[in-house]
Amino acid sequence: MNWQAIRVIYTAEMLRTWNTLLQSIASPVISTCLYFVVFGSAIGSRIQSVEDVSYGVFIVPGLIMLSLLTQSISNASFGIYFPKFTGTIYEILSAPLSFFEVVLGYVGAAATKSLIIGTIILITASFFVDLQIKHPFWMIAFLLLTCITFSLFGFIIGIWADNFEKLQLIPLLVITPLVFLGGSFYSIDMLPPLWQKISLFNPVLYLISGFRWSFFEVHDVSVGVSLLSILCFLGICLAIVWWMFKTGYKLRQ
Amino acid sequence: MQPIVSINNLSKVYSSGHQALTDITLDIQPGEILALLGPNGAGKTTLISTICGIVSATSGSVQVDGHDIVSDYRHTRSMIGLVPQELTLGAFEKVFNTLAFSRGLHGKQPNRQYLEQLLKDLSLWDKRDSTLMSLSGGMKRRVLIGKALSHEPRVLFLDEPTAGVDVELRKDMWKLINRLRESGVTIILTTHYIEEAEEIADRVGIINNGKLLLVEDKTDLMQKLGSKKLSIELREPLNTIPDSLNKYDLLLSDNGLTLNYQYDTRSTRTGITALMKDINNAGLILRDIHTSQSTLEDIFVNLVADQS
Repeated sequence: MNWQAIRVIYTAEMLRTWNTLLQSIASPVISTCLYFVVFGSAIGSRIQSVEDVSYGVFIVPGLIMLSLLTQSISNASFGIYFPKFTGTIYEILSAPLSFFEVVLGYVGAAATKSLIIGTIILITASFFVDLQIKHPFWMIAFLLLTCITFSLFGFIIGIWADNFEKLQLIPLLVITPLVFLGGSFYSIDMLPPLWQKISLFNPVLYLISGFRWSFFEVHDVSVGVSLLSILCFLGICLAIVWWMFKTGYKLRQ
Repeated sequence: MQPIVSINNLSKVYSSGHQALTDITLDIQPGEILALLGPNGAGKTTLISTICGIVSATSGSVQVDGHDIVSDYRHTRSMIGLVPQELTLGAFEKVFNTLAFSRGLHGKQPNRQYLEQLLKDLSLWDKRDSTLMSLSGGMKRRVLIGKALSHEPRVLFLDEPTAGVDVELRKDMWKLINRLRESGVTIILTTHYIEEAEEIADRVGIINNGKLLLVEDKTDLMQKLGSKKLSIELREPLNTIPDSLNKYDLLLSDNGLTLNYQYDTRSTRTGITALMKDINNAGLILRDIHTSQSTLEDIFVNLVADQS
């Protein structure tokens, strides 16, 4: 195992975050605070509680997931896309590194950044609402798994993309709608029966449901199914990255 | 002696269908400087990139230090340093950090002393805390060399290292390359500059259209393929070459004062003695005589033209 390489990639990526602190950390925290003000205080005060949980508290897991997913994807995709764009990817390709070591460095750093952002949002939320976590271990487990899995997904997008437009395409057109329609701000029980069934095809619903369960024991689908679905997605992403490095897809000519 | 790099029947066809390399076979000995000469698109960069792991070969194999570059890539890549042709550097990293990054990528423990000496050798120590985007083109080129040397490689690939740099920096680089060779590093460089190959290489390979046309010891190559020119300066100008000298295929200069005779150094009889005798018999009075050897450039141009 080339630990030195993992260390330098990880450190360089984290350094990029500290150098752009406002953009990397402050910006998602500010947008989350705005969500709290709009959905929690302004609109939320007019909505009755959801399954005995006040609306302002109910949306916290969804808001954290929204930031985790978008940040994980954007950090990891940019991390690997930028060396491709500048041409410095030659260093990674000509270094004695396995695909797993490259992934550990880049995805590890992207997941760490998302984890920091998720934790900050959680702390910020506790200033707005009275928050209690019923299953802290599972909350951390869901948080970690989501950060890692979606950073891997972002890494795949970063390799696949060959321009900045493609880099933004999936996060904007696929992920954001899925998060909004995956029960971030509501329980699917509040939807008409047809839409409840359609929502079950949304993979993000399973993440948010499992994560919300760890807070309030309130869920749309069973926790086991949530956990299994995220583990499946993790496995699929790992397999795709392995295949990309093995075949050199969009990396080696 | 076991070659440090051994290339066997290496071919590369890109997905576009372009055949970049055709059946390249080449052994590179430890400690030598091999210059690969060739026009644009000849396949020099593809060859280097394949050995370094950036491009996948279509067929054939490469061993570095007796290890296969695919099945034992950790060993081979840790021995290789690469200076790419383009100035591919980040923008916001600092000079020292970028060298430390490259060293770490190759699995080496941090070594501040080594990197400090390396930066001093490259005249970059004063710039260690500068961001990469603030450097001039020449300095960026030196940073790329520093990055390639940061993990103490035994084989160094330089892909047109002096392209676009001024004469002074080019000479500095030649000195650096010689110092590296003295320390036991094997150097393979591609270049457009024949002068560069002539100045620093031990052996020269000529590549065109993906084929390795020849690899020869530089001096042998120049002796073997190089013809010599005898220039005979006359005291009085000639309008035409006398009939008695026609058999020598002499060329008369525009001012009529110089006769040029081309001869092959490999042949046992160069014809010089007979020519001098016939010139004397023709009553021509000589002012001066001198010879000149073909340059590597002449050889290169002739070979590439022959192949075309």
